[in-house]
Amino acid sequence: MFGEGILKGMAETARNFVGSYTSEERLVTVPYPEKRLPQHEAARNFPFLVYDGEDWQKGLRCVACQICEKECPPKCIYIVKDVTRKPDHIGKLQFQPKVFDIDTSVCMSCQICVEVCPFDAIKMDVEYELSTADRFGKLLLDKRDLAKPNEYYWKIHPTEAAEVDSRLGADRVKAEAKAKAAAVPKANPAPLPQK
Amino acid sequence: MIPGSKETVAPAGAGRADTPAFVLRPGSSADGSPAGDQLEISMGPQHPSTHGVFRMDVLLEGERVVRLKPVFGYLHRNHEKIAETASYLAAMPYTDRLDYFCSLTNNWAYALAVEKLAGLEVPLRAEFIRIITAELTRLQNHLCLAGFLLQDMGASGTPLMYAFREREKILDLFESLTGARMMCNYMRFGGCRCDLPAGWLEQAKTLVDNFPRFLDEFEALLNENEILMSRTQGVGVLSPQLAVNAGITGPMLRASGVNYDLRKVDRYGIYDRFTFRIPLGAHGDVYDRYLVRVLEMRESIKILQQALRELPPGPIVDPKAKLRGFRPKAGEAYGRIEGPKGELGFYLISDGSPNPYRYRVRPPSLVNLTVLEDLCLGQHVADVVIILGSVDIVLGEVDR
Repeated sequence: MFGEGILKGMAETARNFVGSYTSEERLVTVPYPEKRLPQHEAARNFPFLVYDGEDWQKGLRCVACQICEKECPPKCIYIVKDVTRKPDHIGKLQFQPKVFDIDTSVCMSCQICVEVCPFDAIKMDVEYELSTADRFGKLLLDKRDLAKPNEYYWKIHPTEAAEVDSRLGADRVKAEAKAKAAAVPKANPAPLPQK
Repeated sequence: MIPGSKETVAPAGAGRADTPAFVLRPGSSADGSPAGDQLEISMGPQHPSTHGVFRMDVLLEGERVVRLKPVFGYLHRNHEKIAETASYLAAMPYTDRLDYFCSLTNNWAYALAVEKLAGLEVPLRAEFIRIITAELTRLQNHLCLAGFLLQDMGASGTPLMYAFREREKILDLFESLTGARMMCNYMRFGGCRCDLPAGWLEQAKTLVDNFPRFLDEFEALLNENEILMSRTQGVGVLSPQLAVNAGITGPMLRASGVNYDLRKVDRYGIYDRFTFRIPLGAHGDVYDRYLVRVLEMRESIKILQQALRELPPGPIVDPKAKLRGFRPKAGEAYGRIEGPKGELGFYLISDGSPNPYRYRVRPPSLVNLTVLEDLCLGQHVADVVIILGSVDIVLGEVDR
């Protein structure tokens, strides 16, 4: 019969239409913004800088090695190294960035800066509701905008944060053990040679 | 036009960029300018059916196409030059954006070329993951094509939305694995960037097991539809001789009956471990190109079922590969894969420095577009849209 194919197609459409009221797998839309789907853990949008503890300047993990700046494909990171140093999580004195800007209008969220960072200082944020009416200023994020606490990192990427913290904790334990081993001989110094 | 020369003035409108939208003028058609009832239309870059910013200057006699000139370059983004000034790793996120629907296969083709250049080996688990992601990419690309082709035909959105409903599940898998739905940036030289997260394998298996049922519904919706058949059968016939001579690859070539699939010819990756067939078309018309892609989806499901079952544990990346300071030895390499649209190739020349000396992309969409005029001559103008839809172009790849 001519038209049979069309009728068969319409039966499919009807099945989907009626099914969207009865079965969950056929109703696929989510009424955003009243309801938001949870994001995957691996999702990424723009980068942010992690700091440990309460003080964002003292706890900032970034040591201004500028590796992320060099490896960034569209070159959206701008770093100026500071001359003063500050201690990192194991007490070693490290450089810090005086200026750390990311131009989010250029950033393509490729995550290469996160991959190459040796200090777990820059990680990917998942914030996506970033619309702003200010075309240039609000899209250039500076060090203060980018710095977010480690607790936030735990909230958005729990598995990664657990792995990073266990590694940094292991570093700290190793450093403390080394410091203790180096401190022991100093308790009994060798007697000075008599003149 | 030189003053005093004998050359005649070409009538304004014979294929110049600053012409108005249509031109109707008398004159003979010996010099190519429009004759009596001929109409020159610029199906311009802003058009809902041209699959991106693509222009076609179509010369029509009544409703029939007499001449067609494709004009592209509206999405040229200097990809090759950027890749030649940036390092090898930095070019990887840019390859995502070539054929923006199929970022994982673009990544794989580039990684393949660099691995050939630098002599890196890929561990077995990474090869399996590459095939799984590539076949998922092929699934979602063919879903896009089926949806967009039907959209162009006027089935305003229904098959498209059904196809996209399934595509969303595949994009969910990509997001949980790579972090992004479309711009995945997942392949690295010597393997993959990161391992599968917990629960990914089960989610992928569920998707792959439910997909044939969805394909049954989709085919029931469309395959025997009289409107689809009468609009696409016999339209835009591509002969196998012309296809081979023009360098066409991919489903468009196979729909014309030529049995050439790089997964069987090159056997790159570990494709020779999997059993799958190659669907071939008999007529080379638009219907065959659509049906070949639907059948290829079924074959991809077969590959996915086998690969997901046999995925071995192991490392994800070659331990010899370096992320930073990567300097392959001087030489050249051409790495090609069977992308969802055709043969996607990367030609790299290295001179020992951290960035390539020459980086060239062989875009399948561009090469497939070269026969557009031959396909469209003598067809109705409404069929031009459908034929263009069946070629399956993505302007990100055509223009780079």
